[in-house]
Order: sequence, then C-alpha cells, then structure tokens
Amino acid sequence: MKVALLQGGRSLERGVSIRSGLRVTEALLDLGHEVDVLDLGPDLVGQLEKNRPDVAFIALHGTEGEDGTVQSLLELLDIPHTGPRVAACKRCMDKSLAKYILRENGLPTPDWVTYSEAAIRDFGAASTFGAAVERVGLPLVAKPCSQGSSLGVKVVTELEQIPNALITALSYDDRALLETWVSGRELAVSVLGGEALPVVEAIPTKSNSYDFEARYEIGGASFECPADLGEAETAEVERVALAAYEALGCSGFSRVDLILAEDGPQVLEINAIPGLTETSLLPQAAEAAGLDFNAMVQKILDLAMA
Amino acid sequence: MRSSAMRDMMEITARPEVISLAGGLPDTSTFPAEAFAAEMLRIEKTAVAEVLQYGPTEGSMLVREQIVEVMAAENTRVDSMDITVTTGGQQAIDLITKVLIDPGDVIICDAPTYPGAIPTFCSYEADVRQIEMDADGMRIDLLEETLEQLEAEGKRPKFIYSIPTFQNPGGVTLSLERRRRLVEIAREKEILVIEDNPYGLLRFEGEPLPTLYSLDGGNFVVYLGTFSKILSAGLRIGWLVTPTPIREKVVLGKQAADLCTSTLTQDFAGHFFRDGAWREYVEELTGIYRARRDVMISAMAEYFPHGATWNKPAGGLFIWATMPDVLSTEDLLAKALSRNVAFVPGPNAYVDGRGASSMRLNFSGVKEDEIIEGIRRIGQVAREMLKLYETMTSTDEMKLPRTEEDPS
Repeated sequence: MKVALLQGGRSLERGVSIRSGLRVTEALLDLGHEVDVLDLGPDLVGQLEKNRPDVAFIALHGTEGEDGTVQSLLELLDIPHTGPRVAACKRCMDKSLAKYILRENGLPTPDWVTYSEAAIRDFGAASTFGAAVERVGLPLVAKPCSQGSSLGVKVVTELEQIPNALITALSYDDRALLETWVSGRELAVSVLGGEALPVVEAIPTKSNSYDFEARYEIGGASFECPADLGEAETAEVERVALAAYEALGCSGFSRVDLILAEDGPQVLEINAIPGLTETSLLPQAAEAAGLDFNAMVQKILDLAMA
Repeated sequence: MRSSAMRDMMEITARPEVISLAGGLPDTSTFPAEAFAAEMLRIEKTAVAEVLQYGPTEGSMLVREQIVEVMAAENTRVDSMDITVTTGGQQAIDLITKVLIDPGDVIICDAPTYPGAIPTFCSYEADVRQIEMDADGMRIDLLEETLEQLEAEGKRPKFIYSIPTFQNPGGVTLSLERRRRLVEIAREKEILVIEDNPYGLLRFEGEPLPTLYSLDGGNFVVYLGTFSKILSAGLRIGWLVTPTPIREKVVLGKQAADLCTSTLTQDFAGHFFRDGAWREYVEELTGIYRARRDVMISAMAEYFPHGATWNKPAGGLFIWATMPDVLSTEDLLAKALSRNVAFVPGPNAYVDGRGASSMRLNFSGVKEDEIIEGIRRIGQVAREMLKLYETMTSTDEMKLPRTEEDPS
C-alpha cells in the first residue's frame, strides 16, 4: 500500500512525534508498504494531492496533529487515516470537554475547575480560586487544558500556590484545569480496534506521593505490563477504559490514562494518538498481547482502511 | 522540568519559521565563496588522494602549526607537539572527560556553565559542583570554599572546567586578578584547570587578558580551542593542548572514538589559516557580532519587562538575561515557541535546576531585524504572563507580594 506517514509538526511534542514516525516508517517498510514521510508545512496538502496515498498514518502528537486539524484535512481530501476521527480528536484534546463527556456518561473522573486566560485577565476570575479549592480540595493538580505531554503540570498544596501554578499551565495553553489530586496506582489502558490491551502500570521510583512531576523524569517511573491487578480489578479498569474510549467516540486506537484509587478507577485523560516509539505504552501493551510492533502497525492500518 | 519533554520542545526551534536565539551558531554567510572555491581548486589540483585518506590521530602537522599561530594571536605560546586536533571543541570536552573522569569523580565548573558540557560530564557520571559567577567571572572565594569543603569530605576534584573569556552562557570574563589566583590555586593544590576558549578572539572592546594557559605555562592548565566560531562550525575542527602524559591518553581515546579528524577539512582549514586572510575575516565577524550585540541590547531595553536584567558582554556570542523571579523561562519558552521564537532556558546551564528565571540569548547567528523581532516577541510574552500573575495576586483572595509596577 502507498502510505503517507505524517510526523513532526509544530507542537511541543514534535520530538516524540519524529521518534514515533521513524519507528513506524521502519515497520511500514518491513511490511512491504511504500512510505512517503511528510512533515506539517505549507506544502502538506499539495504533497497529499500529488501523491494520493491509499492511507495516511498519523504519527503526530499534540496540537494540530492530535486535535483534529490534520484529520479534517485528510477527511476533506478523502484520504483514510489512522486513529480517531476529527470530533473524537477534538474531544480528547480538550481535557475539560473530555471530563464533561465522561461525567455525562456516568464515568468516574476527578473533580475539576477550568480557567481561561481571558477569564482571569478580563473578568476577575482570580477571586474564585478559594471557591475552586473548596470544590476540588487540596492537593490539586494544575495542568494545561490541551497538552498531551506532562509539560506545564504542577501540584498545588495550598491556595497561595495557585497563581504560580496557573502561570505555568497557561504558558502551554490558554486554558488550564485545577483537578483534584487522586492518589492511587497510575494505569494506562491502550485500546486497539475497540479491544482493551493488557493494562500498563507506571510505578514511581521515588516514593513521595505528591511528587507528580518526578514521575515524568527519566527514570522517575518504571512500567509494568500486564499490571499486577486482581481479575476483578482488571475487568473493572478495562470496562471503564473502554467505556471512556467509546464515550469520546474514539476509533482505531487510543490510550486511556487512569488512577486506580481506593474506591475504584478514575479516568484522567484520553490520548487520541499515544506515543508510538519502541518504549511507548501502546507498543508495550500490544507486545504483551502477543502483537509485535510490525503486527500492531499493520493492525492500525487495517483499522483505518476498514 | 522533565528533561526529555524539554528536549522535545527544543526540536521545534529547527523549524524555518522559528527565530532561534537558542543556538550558538557563527554567521557563515559572509565567508567569501571565492576563497572557498580557491581552496577546493587547490585540493583538486594537488591533494585529492591525500584528503581522501586517513590522517594522523593527533591531527595534521599543517593544522597544528596553524593552531600555534592562532593561539599566538592571543599571546599564548604552545608547542605544536602538545596539540591534539579534535572533531570540534565538543569532542575535546568529551575526550578530556573520558580520560580523566571515573564515575563519582568531582568536576568543578562555572555556574551557569556551557549547556553542552553538562550531558558530557553526566554521561561519565561525574559529580559536578558549580561555582557562582559575578561580573568578573567565577568567584574564586567560593571556589576556595568548595575546595575546602571537598577536602573535608575527603574528595579531590579531577579538574576545574571554565570558560574564562566571554563565558558561555554568562557572557562575563574572568578578571586578571582572578585568573592569576586560579592558576595559583591549580599549582598549590595540583588540580588541573581546563580552559575552554572558543571566543577569545571575538573581542568587541577592551584589552585582551592573558589566557590561563599563558599564565601557567601549560603545567596545570589544559587548553581547549576551536575553529568553529572564528572560521566554520561545519568543518568540525577543535583542539586540545595538554601536557605529554595526558596527551598520550587523549590520543588513545581519540583513536577509539574516530581515528582522526576529517583529513579534508583539516587540509582546508590548514591552508586557509596559512595563506588566507583569516585575521581580516575574524575582524569582520567581530564587527558583525558587535553590531548584533548592540541591537539585541537596545531591543531588550525597549521590550523586556521592568525587573528583567542582563549583561553587556565585551565579546563572544551570548547574553545572559534574567526575568523577574515569578517567571520560569522553561514555561516562558513554551509560550515563546507559540510565537515562533526560541532561547535556551537557564536550567540547561546548571546540573541542579538553578537558573529558573534566566535565559541564554544568542546574537551571532541571527540577522539584526530578526534579533529585534525575536526580542520583541519574548518581551511581549513575558509582559503578558507578568500581567496575568499580577491580576491573580492583586485580588483580595490572593494577597501576595506584587511584582513591581511595569512603567509601560
């Protein structure tokens, strides 16, 4: 097949995207496909029109690649593409919208409040910080509304830290969430073609339970797949993850990140296009399910063409 | 900051629409194409087989002789036999660290230090201790304190790494008095000093100061040089000047790393420095960079927020600026990248997360109009974030110390 591999882009996750793209390109070539690697730029549409690929493999992360921008172009050009379609991408990319949809579908997600830069700057929203803290409790996590990676995330343990945490979060997006900090085990469920792959657990190597940021440092966490969970726990986590995937309208593949708290799993976010590097969680989960990287890539392509 | 996420963020700076004040690039656009063509023609006529062949690991004799000349321009006398040619200054840092450092060994360096040295030191698992600088470079009183403290811990640093002239990223120059004292300390305590001097010839004003190597005579000072900033970064030619026992180890290390530096580029550089107008070329570059520094400084005065500070380097490629401390330059970079401008956030120049509100700005690799536009955009995002912070902290609910009033 003639595959256009989209990678790079202008988001802050350009680096991961290039690594995802390289690994996927290798797999596509191994599988005998013809690959045309494209970065996002002024000639993107021109290239796609000229080459008329059978399918576009989207290895982009973050804004423009994961938020529906590229997907809607491809849909307009009538080129099938991997991963979720436009609307699902938009829902996943906007963490606040995603949480509303989860709640409407009766799915558990931590309490939150959303602030836009405009509301703070122009409408005096800062005087509601106290009320926000009452609603979500302390500690809380401040994070940008639409970044895929861990950039801009800060833990707040007292009211006075909110301006600082919001300045950070709002550096990455014009809206930010204040979300209840839920302690528990950190899990990721990758969904491939509507089926849950084995659960991955991120185990912090540092023991400070509030040190959210440490988990994202190199060596800050190790990953276990399948996660060491009981049968009933696994079933519940998978049920919630699949329901979240469906509630947001995802298709092809996606990854649902959850916290397994004492009273059950809580969905934190859904990544429309999770990382596809060798060490990313989706490939690890696929491997645990008996699908090697090439087989996983072929399956993602088949799902796009279905 | 999550270091891998940070690296990913820096990937965007390579996109053509981004004004990158993040690099350390020399301006190579004014190198005369005729001079380049003439060198290539000469190679075609006389040296094709030779430049396509391996060369000696320590570097070609012609290049080493020219390095002696280039160093003499800074009143530093060296013996060509003490020189090892390396594949850029970066390999010189790597080799000297490789041959001298075992895991856990202490390296002392400037705070902030060259961001490219940190991954090298860390990959050899060195215990890096950074010494604060002021307008006169590394604070030798603090160095002495650290040395005492290390002695009390039963540790001896393997070497002190410093860029004494037009420091990267700080832009400051180590004063003569401190140079003398540093060399004395090296002798008294028998500690090696690695003097990294990529920018010494790029002086915009003031009198040159003696290199540490010339003050010491090459007993306890190892010298690192490069053609990257005075001729071309693409040729990848740097060098090390070391006492013989160290040189033998360095040559073994280089053999293992890459056998020899490119014969072709050594031939090119050797002849350019022997026959070409390199002094005029360096003078021309210095003029370009001086003008760019001035443009950057006046743009900063115009666009940076009240409370931001910066220095005026007398040479080199970089300005170190510090924003009001409520701003993190790592976060600010994300915002700046959304406006297509980049810089290096301060923490990249430290091993321990210091420098959160500082940034390194490069003025050598970007044209004047782009410098002004880049600084304007950085200033704009900084002001926006400060304003937002102020709005948040001035409500009744958030009674926090306010940032100083912005006069604009």
